Amino acid sequence: MVLRIGCAAAPGQARENKTGSWRVFRPVFDHDKCTSCGMCQLVCPEGCILTGDKQFNPDYDFCKGCGLCAQECPAKAITMETEEK
Amino acid sequence: MKAILEGSHAVAEAVRLVKPEVISAYPITPQTHIVERLAEMVADGALESEYICVDSEFSALSACLGASAAGSRVYSATSSQGLLFMAEVVFNVAGMRQPIVMSIANRAISAPLSIWNDQQDSLCLRDSGWIQLYAEDVQEAFDLHLLAYKVAEDHRILLPVFVCFDGFIISHTYEPVDIPEEKDVLAYLPPYVPFNKLDADDPLSMGMYATPEYYMEFRYEIDQAMGRALDVIKQAGKEFKEKFGRDYSELVEAYRLDDAEVAIVAMGSVCGTIKDAIDAMRAEGRKVGLLKIRVFRPFPAEDIKKALAGIKKVGVFEKNVSIGSRMKGAVGYEIKDALSDSSVQVLSYVAGLGGRDIRIEDIKKMTDAIEAGKGDCFFGLREELI
Amino acid sequence: MADRTLELVDSGHRACGGCGPAFAARLILKGAGERSIVCASTGCMEVFSTPYPQTAWKVPWIHSLFQNAAAVASGVEAALKRQGRDEHVLCICGDGATFDIGVLCISGAFERGHNITYICYDNEAYMNTGIQRSGATPFDASTTTSPAGKKSFGNSRPKKDMPQILAAHGAPYVATCSIAYPNDVIKKVERAVNTDGPCYIQIHTPCCTGWGFDGSKTIDIGKLAIETGLWVNYEIVNGKIEKAKKVKRKPVEEYLRVQKRFAHLFKPSVNTEEIAKIQAIADANAEKFGIDLKI
Repeated sequence: MVLRIGCAAAPGQARENKTGSWRVFRPVFDHDKCTSCGMCQLVCPEGCILTGDKQFNPDYDFCKGCGLCAQECPAKAITMETEEK
Repeated sequence: MKAILEGSHAVAEAVRLVKPEVISAYPITPQTHIVERLAEMVADGALESEYICVDSEFSALSACLGASAAGSRVYSATSSQGLLFMAEVVFNVAGMRQPIVMSIANRAISAPLSIWNDQQDSLCLRDSGWIQLYAEDVQEAFDLHLLAYKVAEDHRILLPVFVCFDGFIISHTYEPVDIPEEKDVLAYLPPYVPFNKLDADDPLSMGMYATPEYYMEFRYEIDQAMGRALDVIKQAGKEFKEKFGRDYSELVEAYRLDDAEVAIVAMGSVCGTIKDAIDAMRAEGRKVGLLKIRVFRPFPAEDIKKALAGIKKVGVFEKNVSIGSRMKGAVGYEIKDALSDSSVQVLSYVAGLGGRDIRIEDIKKMTDAIEAGKGDCFFGLREELI
Repeated sequence: MADRTLELVDSGHRACGGCGPAFAARLILKGAGERSIVCASTGCMEVFSTPYPQTAWKVPWIHSLFQNAAAVASGVEAALKRQGRDEHVLCICGDGATFDIGVLCISGAFERGHNITYICYDNEAYMNTGIQRSGATPFDASTTTSPAGKKSFGNSRPKKDMPQILAAHGAPYVATCSIAYPNDVIKKVERAVNTDGPCYIQIHTPCCTGWGFDGSKTIDIGKLAIETGLWVNYEIVNGKIEKAKKVKRKPVEEYLRVQKRFAHLFKPSVNTEEIAKIQAIADANAEKFGIDLKI
């Protein structure tokens, strides 16, 4: 791979770094309790809570398991469980 | 068009002709007349630039970096203390490969404080990755600014340039200057086309950090660009001759070296005095010549080797001192290295520091010392003071 | 209106789990939008988001040195003006770059009145280099260069009042906010980028690693800072303080107790004297900004 001078790079390449491997705990989403308020998506420091199929779900490729979503969910619909390796 | 201009004003005129979109400079003696003249031009509408009255030299070059990264041609100028204050940014700009051109009105460095000329300021940043050009007189100071932008902005190069000229001696001296037409300058130097650009339509992250896996190759690329600059400067200099009549196709200039036994190597305005001294010595039958170095970075080792072939004794006039080194001067080491294949004697003479005047007599004495093989020392000290 | 679903900072960045600044970065760009150019300083955010070549930024972004983001932004702004372009120019810098080493460049940029928005993510120390004290470090906080010890209770100086300093430069809009109230951050950034002239936003971004609490509690800690009066959310509009967030105030102990950087105030027993000094700071804030809810 040839360097881009000026130590410059185009967007998109951070996604090659799968930070999901850092996890010790993983968030589990209970969609029955979810009210779709969007708080989890707003607060996630990774920006990795996605709305696919009209449901909020974390992208486990990147989720670091910090637990902020679980802490902030007003419906208590997210629980942190130990990551099974 | 010919005019009699103060060196600073000639430089300002060159800057006006290259049409930078952003000017960001902090005043410092002896560069002040440049930035003042440019401010006048902007105030009168003779130059359409954003003129930023920055808070310091650090901000001056930083603002230039931002403007250049956003796609504008920029200009700055400084000397001595100002250059050292922005030294961190100097290295940063070269690493960011931004083609910034900056005038250096060479001035001595504190302590002790001195506003007068020597070349310590630009020379102590010779590792930074900036191209360094040295002007002998006001015309050269003018011309080299046009050349500098052409070389800097060339996509094979993309390196910043110091255009150096001796403070007061050139900056504050009136000489006749030939000023080209605007359309001819535009033909020589087309508008700036950036390589990396900050643009919301095509986002890029610039100035990321490099881990050990990448850092060395980035630095290697800068050095490679410097190497390419040797030829690109010659090409730009040749084109300058074709368009404007003055020849900058060589990186060094030989004066009466053909049958010389002794050669003096020097940079900057002192070359004028040395040429006069050589004429006087030649009239006395002494076989001495001058090799003027116009481009110090990239260092033109091959050109120097060729120009000094056959010379037995070389003396390097140094308006700088590398304190604690054996040879004393920074230029001498590189000259000596360029000639290391042969057994020629190369000696450094530190002279003219802090604006100490150099007379024809001093050059004659220096030539005596070169012939006697006594050098690598301070030259012209006032013995009664030490 | 800002599009709050816009994600302009990619996943894959290397911030700690629960990082306040990482959260703030996303919020800032939701407020500023796609047509923004970011000038960053060296610091946590720069380092976790741009190891070559894996950049997390989806907008144009430039990093030069630690202290000169405001000067770089001044140049970007001048170039855009000359070129007739419309992008917002933002600085996103930590408290180290803002309160200390960058003061020269910021003061100059604000004095000259450039049309830029300078956003400081305030995690209250030089976190990137390992939790050293800055001008933003609160009174009695322990950092590695102002550690609590047998002869010290930690940082002995109050927090520098940067918002006031920059308001005094004539900034038309200055605001403080916190990741604890994310929509407020987005709103204030949006207002700042759409206000002509140099605007300053200071975002409280609790740092789990540096302050010593679990990453899931970042927002809780941010709320406690506001509820105790040690951090006040307010705006300064053309020199006048406005809209300070009112709270039903809690004693500062509740905030101090849950962070390791204040643990020395509770060992071997509760240091009532030092805590009283911190309470006095909170009380002074309450008085100055009028944050106490009248029940």
